[in-house]
Amino acid sequence: MSIIDTNTVPAEATAAEVPTREPRRLRKRKLTPAGLAKRSLHYLVLAGVLVLLVGPFVFTLGTSLKGPADSVFSYPPYFIPRDPTLDNFSKVADVIPVGQFIWNSLIVATVSTVTNILFGSMAGFALARLRFRGNMTAYLLFLATLVIPFEVIFISVFLTSKQMGLVDTLAGVILPTAVTGFSILLFRSAFLSLPRAIDEAAVLDGATEFQRYWRVSMPSVTGTMAVVGIFSFMFAWDDFLWPQIVLTSQQNYTLTVGLQFLAGAFADDQKVVAAGTMIAVIPLIIVFFLAQKWFFRGAGEGAVKG
Amino acid sequence: MRPRRLLTPWVLLAPALAVALIFHIVPFFRTVQLSFTDFRLASGGEYIGLENFGALASSDVFWLSAGNTLLYVIVVVPLLVMLPLFLAMLVQPKIPGIAFFRASFYTPVIASMVVVGLIWVFLLREQGPVNWLLQTLKVVQGPLPFLTDATLLLLSCMLVTVWKGLGFYMVIYLTALANVPGELHEAAQVDGAGGVRRFWSVTLPSVRPTMLLVGVLSAIAAMKVYAEIFVIAGETAGPGGQVRSLVFTIREVGSGFDGQVGYAAAMSLVLFVFTIGLTVALQKLSRENEEA
Repeated sequence: MSIIDTNTVPAEATAAEVPTREPRRLRKRKLTPAGLAKRSLHYLVLAGVLVLLVGPFVFTLGTSLKGPADSVFSYPPYFIPRDPTLDNFSKVADVIPVGQFIWNSLIVATVSTVTNILFGSMAGFALARLRFRGNMTAYLLFLATLVIPFEVIFISVFLTSKQMGLVDTLAGVILPTAVTGFSILLFRSAFLSLPRAIDEAAVLDGATEFQRYWRVSMPSVTGTMAVVGIFSFMFAWDDFLWPQIVLTSQQNYTLTVGLQFLAGAFADDQKVVAAGTMIAVIPLIIVFFLAQKWFFRGAGEGAVKG
Repeated sequence: MRPRRLLTPWVLLAPALAVALIFHIVPFFRTVQLSFTDFRLASGGEYIGLENFGALASSDVFWLSAGNTLLYVIVVVPLLVMLPLFLAMLVQPKIPGIAFFRASFYTPVIASMVVVGLIWVFLLREQGPVNWLLQTLKVVQGPLPFLTDATLLLLSCMLVTVWKGLGFYMVIYLTALANVPGELHEAAQVDGAGGVRRFWSVTLPSVRPTMLLVGVLSAIAAMKVYAEIFVIAGETAGPGGQVRSLVFTIREVGSGFDGQVGYAAAMSLVLFVFTIGLTVALQKLSRENEEA
C-alpha cells in the first residue's frame, strides 16, 4: 500500500533524515533501497494495469494497419504490422459513407454540447438565483427526469418523436438529451456556491436578470461549463440505443450505429473493422488528452460542489 | 417592470422545462398508460387491463431477460465497487508520470461501448489473443468459445462492462481519497499500523459513502445494460437468443414496423420498479451496515 501524500512524511524516509523543510525535493533525490524497491514495484503494477486497459486499443490500432501479407490471428499474436498499409481505412470509406457518419456525429455532439451548456445554465441560474413561485416544483421536475431512466421510456419517446415528425432526423436524436437533468443540477449547484455579494452589487447597478445571468454569473462557472460540455459531447458521440431506434436510413446514421452496421457487413475482415473502430475513437482520444487538465480539475470541482 | 420580472425565470426555464416535459415526464406517464393496452406501432390497440403483465409472468423470454439482468448486477457491481478503489489508490500518490497513467486508465471510458465491444469481440475470438494467452499460461487446454457459448458470452459482456467502467469510478474514488485527511494515515503509521491495516481502518471507513454511491450508480447502469449485449452477442442475442437483457428485449419487442408497444411498455415498467427497488435496497443495506 503506497499512499503517499505530499504533506505526510514519506514512508521511505528513515528516522535519521526526516525531512522537515523540503520533503518533495529530498524524496526525489534520495530514495532508500527499500523505498526504491517499493517505488519500482509501484511502477511495475501501474505498467501492468496500463497494458490491460490501453493494450486492447494499441493492439487494434496495429491490426488496422496490417496489410494483406499480415496475419490477424497468429500464435503468438503480434501487433506491429510487417506489411503496413492504410488500405483498411479507405476500405471502410468504400463500404460505408464514413465521412457522412462522422459529420452526423459531429453535428449531434456539438449541438448537444451547446444546448446543454446554454439551456442547462439558464435553468440552473433561475433555480439557484431567482426567487419565484414554482421554483421548487421546477427543481423537483428536473430531479424526476434523473430518476426515470431513459431506457424505461424510450418506446414512448419514440411514439412522441414519430408524432412530431422527428423520426429519422438528427434533431430527433438530439432533442431528448438537448438539456439533461444532470447539466441543470450541476449548473444549479455551481451558481448556488457563488457568493451572493456579486449578485447584489449587480442588482444595485440596475442590472436585469438576464445581465446578472450572462454577464456576472456565467463567467464565474467556467469549470462547470467545461464539465457539462465534455460530458455532453462524449455522451452524444458515444450513444447507441437512441440513435439506433430513431434513425432509419443509412445516410442519417451516427458513427456508432454506422460502425455496428460495418461490423455486421465485414465480420470476416477484422482489419477493416479495426480501422473503423479507430476512426471512431482516435479523435476522441486526442481531444481528451488535450483537455485532460481541464477535465480532471473540472470533474473534481463539480463533484465537490455537487 | 414587475410583470417582466415575474416572467424572467420562466423564460430562462422554458427550454429545459420543454425538454423535460415532452421527452421525459409525459413519456413516463404515457408508458404507464400504454402498459394497459395492446397498442402496436402500425395497427393501434385498446385497453386490456392487466393482460400484458399476465403475459409477462408466463413468458420465458421475459424471465430469461430479467434473470440475466439481475445476474449482471450481482456479478458486475461488487467488481465495480472494489477494483476502481484499488486503481484510485494506485494513481493517487504524486509520483513522476502519474498524470499520464491516470489519463490512460480513463481511455476505455471515453471510447463508445460500440467501439469497446467490437475491440473485445476481436480479442475474444477463438484464435484471438486472449485465448492464446490463456493457453500459453496453461490455464486452459484448448481455446474457450467466448463468443459462441451462451454462458461465456454473458460473462464476456460483463467483462467488457467492468473493463470500460473502471476508469469512470476510479475518478469518483480519487475525489473521495483526496478528502481523506493525511493526518489520519500519519497517526496510524506512528501507531505502527502496516499498509493492510491502514487500508482497513483508515481508507475503507473514509470512502464508505463513496462506495455506496458507486454501488448505486453501477447497479443502475447494470440494470440498463444494452449496447454491450447487442454488439457482442449480436442482434439475435447469441445462440438460441439466450444472451439478452431487459432493455434488449424491450427494444426487440417494442420497435420495428409493427412493434408491440403496449407489451414493451409493461416490461419497461417492470424495469423501472426493479431499478428503484434496487436503489432503495442498496441504501437501506448500507445504512444498516453503518449502524452495526
